[in-house]
Amino acid sequence: MPELARSPRTIRRYRNETIFRWLCVCAIGITAIFLVFLLANLTIKAIPALTQKTITLAIKIDPEKVDAANVAAGDFPAFLKDSISAEFPETTDKSEIKKLAKLISSSVVEDLQRKVTAQPSLIGQTISVNAPLTADADSFLKGIQATVSPTGDNSEFEEAALQTLQKQGKIQSPFAWSLLTNGDSRAPEKAGLLGAFMGSLYIILITLVLALPLGVSAALYLEEFARKNRFTDLVEVNINNLAAVPSIIFGLLGLAVFLNIFGLPRSSPLVGGLVLALLVLPTIIIASRAALRSVPPSIKEAALGVGASHQQAIFHHVLPLAMPGILTGTILGVARALGESAPLLMIGMVAFIADVPTKITDAATALPVQVYLWSSLPEAAFRSRTSVAILALLIMLLCFNALAIWLRKRFERRW
Amino acid sequence: MSALVETQKFKMRRFTEPVVYTLLVAASVVAVLTTIGIVLSVAAESLRFFQQVSLASFLFGTDWSPSAPIPSFGFVPLITGTLLITLIAMVVAAPLGLLSAIYLAEYASPAARTTAKPLLELLAGIPTVVLGFFAALTVAPFIRAAGAQFGINVEAESALAAGLVMGMMIVPLISSLSDDVINAVPQAMRDGSYAMGATKSETIRRVVLPAALPGIVSAFILAISRAIGETMIVVMAAGLAPNLTFNPLAAVTTVTVQINAMLVGDQEFDSPKTLSAFALGLTLFVITLILNIVALRVVRRYKEQYA
Repeated sequence: MPELARSPRTIRRYRNETIFRWLCVCAIGITAIFLVFLLANLTIKAIPALTQKTITLAIKIDPEKVDAANVAAGDFPAFLKDSISAEFPETTDKSEIKKLAKLISSSVVEDLQRKVTAQPSLIGQTISVNAPLTADADSFLKGIQATVSPTGDNSEFEEAALQTLQKQGKIQSPFAWSLLTNGDSRAPEKAGLLGAFMGSLYIILITLVLALPLGVSAALYLEEFARKNRFTDLVEVNINNLAAVPSIIFGLLGLAVFLNIFGLPRSSPLVGGLVLALLVLPTIIIASRAALRSVPPSIKEAALGVGASHQQAIFHHVLPLAMPGILTGTILGVARALGESAPLLMIGMVAFIADVPTKITDAATALPVQVYLWSSLPEAAFRSRTSVAILALLIMLLCFNALAIWLRKRFERRW
Repeated sequence: MSALVETQKFKMRRFTEPVVYTLLVAASVVAVLTTIGIVLSVAAESLRFFQQVSLASFLFGTDWSPSAPIPSFGFVPLITGTLLITLIAMVVAAPLGLLSAIYLAEYASPAARTTAKPLLELLAGIPTVVLGFFAALTVAPFIRAAGAQFGINVEAESALAAGLVMGMMIVPLISSLSDDVINAVPQAMRDGSYAMGATKSETIRRVVLPAALPGIVSAFILAISRAIGETMIVVMAAGLAPNLTFNPLAAVTTVTVQINAMLVGDQEFDSPKTLSAFALGLTLFVITLILNIVALRVVRRYKEQYA
């Protein structure tokens, strides 16, 4: 025996065993490292966009420049310039004041106008505003951009002014709530995810409302009622193949049928939901059938034995017991629909839409499509906002999956 | 007994049950209708495309320039681009996915399995648009910088970046399918091999893998089908240049990228440019359908073997 263990052949075989085992561990390890690196990379990229540099300005609503009877005609940009020149009393040059005013996001003027329109009594008063800076000024202060001007033009004056303000402690950086409360915008500091979020929500609701009843009914028919014949064979093969059709093809179907033939509104969550419902239907049918199959036949037989009809046995006894499994499958299917973007590109959900949709027929976009849209924009500030959008999407997906796991754990029964 | 049957409830039962039954049948017909809808709608638009562009010049043309003054719709550069990226993806995903599956099925302790499996599921659940962003903004610049270190010119949108990330996308698919088939190999076959004095890796390589081969092959085929149909990663990372090349460092374009490019912006349903998207869609549908049918056949035969 010791001779055998020391023979070169045995040593080689044992070495091969160790090498093979290590290869397997490495394969899993590489996958894990990729995943960790991906998530860490996205998180690090997202951090700069999570806060927004703001400056506290005392803005005087000068009654000479705005009329309570006609607020819309008021010179609101002038109020901003006045309050900035109050911050920099030594700067008197008009063009320099203008340069400084350009560092403040245009949302300040818009907000001011909205506030005064809603409450004309503010005219003549001084209000304190936490004014967000533009994305370029923001990136400069965070050290992402070396200069304020993204094109590399001379912007030393603005940089000096920003640094003075920072030294005076007048610049804060609170959490960027605008990311969650605003719709999309061309200006990075004003762009938010609310529109995409509402679009995704509508799409998911429509997908759920359509795909769940259809999927469960089809599964019930195939598992409990159908006789084995040519038709059911066809349906079965068909469902298995449909589950593996590329998602972009479903988008082409939506474009050709829902938009061109039925004339449903382009870019609407309604069409998006319809397309994604068809996309996840096979997944839901397959999961529901597995759940129905796992209910022991004795349950059904007992119900039939006490005089229930076939349908009563299934709807009163088998279906309720299969429901947790069905719901778990459905949630995973809907989570897939939430992350899907290729079919939505086909039905025109890639347009720039600033308004938050309020109806399912409004033009809208969805969270993953928003990721795609922002990632293709040239501004560096949008890149970190894209990462925030991705993190929001991943967190939503994680919630769905956690819900599915909880359902499975809570209601799982072993027969 | 007849009084019982005649009660109100039973009348209802006899009335509603056929209705419910019909509804259930109707629901399962929806899935069939979807397939018919896909085939008819995509085929109808493709037919209109082929009235303007000949089938031969589409299938065998080597020049894809739909926006040129005299547009040309040659499919060959698109399919070579698609196959190049799929090949890179499979070179990454086949060993990683298969070895991961072997680890999970044969080596992993129950504790290791319960950590490793959700990890793969997490990767499988990441939307492809996220992977596309990662490929375009992290992997592609990295490859470009690494290439510059060695004096190799890598284009900003290279097939390699898209292929590598797509490979990582496919790893969970291959590993979960292979894990299932490896687990389905009867334990008696392993025990027989151990009894002959084989080590664990010898058993896996000489007994388990050959027995599971049909299932693994079908997992690979499904993975290839998935890679060919994948859209977002290539749209974001592979680019639009229809280069007829097998150089992984060059920019290539794929079928799905061009479907997307043809339909973005103004759609005119009488111009061959817009209609070409449907012809590409039909080709993509046919290719993936054939791959899926082959894979399902292989799996079915394999299941019968061990049933």
